[in-house]
Amino acid sequence: MSAAAIAIGVAAGIVAGLLGVGGGVLFVPGLVLVLGLGQHQAEATSLLAIVPVAIVGTCTQDRYGNVRRDDALLLGGLSLAGAGAGVALANALSGTVLRDAFAALMVLVAAQLVRRVLSSGGASPRSSPAHDG
Amino acid sequence: MVIGTLAGLFSGLFGVGGGSVIVPLLVLWLGYDERSATATSLAAIIFIAAFGAAAQGLYGNVNVLDAALIGLPAVGGVVIGTWLQQRLSARWISLLFAAVLVASAVELVLR
Repeated sequence: MSAAAIAIGVAAGIVAGLLGVGGGVLFVPGLVLVLGLGQHQAEATSLLAIVPVAIVGTCTQDRYGNVRRDDALLLGGLSLAGAGAGVALANALSGTVLRDAFAALMVLVAAQLVRRVLSSGGASPRSSPAHDG
Repeated sequence: MVIGTLAGLFSGLFGVGGGSVIVPLLVLWLGYDERSATATSLAAIIFIAAFGAAAQGLYGNVNVLDAALIGLPAVGGVVIGTWLQQRLSARWISLLFAAVLVASAVELVLR
């Protein structure tokens, strides 16, 4: 049980560092499916688990010079009201509704990842011979 | 401003960082490259997740022990992931991760 939780943690961290998404989107199902938490508890616990991951990830990225600090502070500050509203909304919904919405979110994130892959490296060589190679 | 509000709402509602909202919007609207977008998104998420966790704590939903059990190993993982990001194409990992997400979503609903 604990070993599985730790494995999920490591995997989620790797994906988060690699793709910039995937902390919470793996934490929540991991907490529900492996540790047996309810959807509300899993989401709340996921938020707390994300904090150390984001701190270390940010410090590492900052060393590579990738963090734009002003924008990050602005974004983080502006999002607090939204986060409060989101938490209130989550707690107003039933666990089942929240779970189904979360499953839909996971599928959307998956679709987004696939689209990103297709649009970044996916220009078909046949479709635009002028830019070939 | 819209990005921040949307990301916060999303994060609070779903218990995720909000990176899946922030990253594409930074790329599409503000012209960020992928790496700056993921890095800046991670930094913003520190504030979003900390505040969201505190708010959820008021509802008594936060399980600190489980958060540590899953979050601390993830810290090691994120260092490895960030190191890898500088060195390899995320193409296949993205596709694999997408498959894992869909499978987990199905299991979550059917369970």
